[in-house]
Amino acid sequence: MSVFGLGAAGTAALLVWGLAGLPSFGDFEGAYGQLLAHLTVPERHATSAVAVSTFDFRGLDTLGEEFILFTAAVGVLVLLRGQRADETVAAEPMHPRRPTADSRTLRSIATALAAPVLVLGAYVVSHGHLTPGGGFQGGVILMTAFLLVYLAGSHLHLAAIRPLSAMEGAEGVGAAGFALIGVGGIILAGAFLENFLGFGTTGNLVSGGVVPLLNVSVGIEVMGAILVIVGELLDQRFLVRKGDR
Amino acid sequence: MSFLPYAVAAWLFLVGLYGIVTSRNLIHLVVCLTVVQSSTYVLLLAVGYREGASAPIYADIPTSRPVVDPVVATLTLTDVVVEATVAALLLSLAVQAHRRFGTLDPDELGALRG
Repeated sequence: MSVFGLGAAGTAALLVWGLAGLPSFGDFEGAYGQLLAHLTVPERHATSAVAVSTFDFRGLDTLGEEFILFTAAVGVLVLLRGQRADETVAAEPMHPRRPTADSRTLRSIATALAAPVLVLGAYVVSHGHLTPGGGFQGGVILMTAFLLVYLAGSHLHLAAIRPLSAMEGAEGVGAAGFALIGVGGIILAGAFLENFLGFGTTGNLVSGGVVPLLNVSVGIEVMGAILVIVGELLDQRFLVRKGDR
Repeated sequence: MSFLPYAVAAWLFLVGLYGIVTSRNLIHLVVCLTVVQSSTYVLLLAVGYREGASAPIYADIPTSRPVVDPVVATLTLTDVVVEATVAALLLSLAVQAHRRFGTLDPDELGALRG
């Protein structure tokens, strides 16, 4: 404990020293961010400077980010599924029709919310270039809709609406879609991730060039990846050691 | 002129670090790590803030309005994704550790190794 106290005091001193060198709060004068923000509407005909920075000006960065997520989902699969070699999945849980949640209220609310949440997720993904939101945020909301179905039903329902191979497929399609849109930029516009579509009218749903397409592919990928991760972790409940049977 | 947001970031960092150091449970440790990482969100967003500026969304404001830095928001987005993936991987490692050693206490994990 005293070791930690000493280390923490040193770290705190270094942090204060470093942070004191930053411009004081509210006085940031970064020219790069302002340049991007002011190019967003005239050059890209989209209204969300964050989405345009993420998917257009810094698209390569986001490609890497997306593959981090992809790799992590694969890593979770490898870590948790390797275990299945010496354990068997209880294909039929002990009480196959037992609901996930015991509370009837919780199940009713989850049933009522699943469809609206799905629509909300689709909205957040498709309007990412106009308003706050986008593929990453919307993908997580879409994933929540599937988790609500899980809460409302039994484990078997989730297995039915979440066929693992389909989710892996969605993850792969999303990641590949992003890369392919980038390759489309090479073919049609001369540079990776270069915009090759018309920019449309500012404020319309179809505007901003490839940014909405990239948002959709990221949304699909995030939904698939997180469902794979969450599903694998939930499945751990149903793994039974061969010896324990 | 205020240093409060920076102080919040430093405090979150240190309090998360304290949690990691004193943790007796791997799941608790992963949650503490996410607290440490959330200090970087506060720091990034605080760095990009400009006095009196709006969010960089031009859907309902004129393009002449000053806006906060969109690049730090993008970096924060990357940060959140990385944090989620790190947490997912560490949690599955915790599942594996529990299966192999029957405990989630980091101190006992070392003792059982052999």
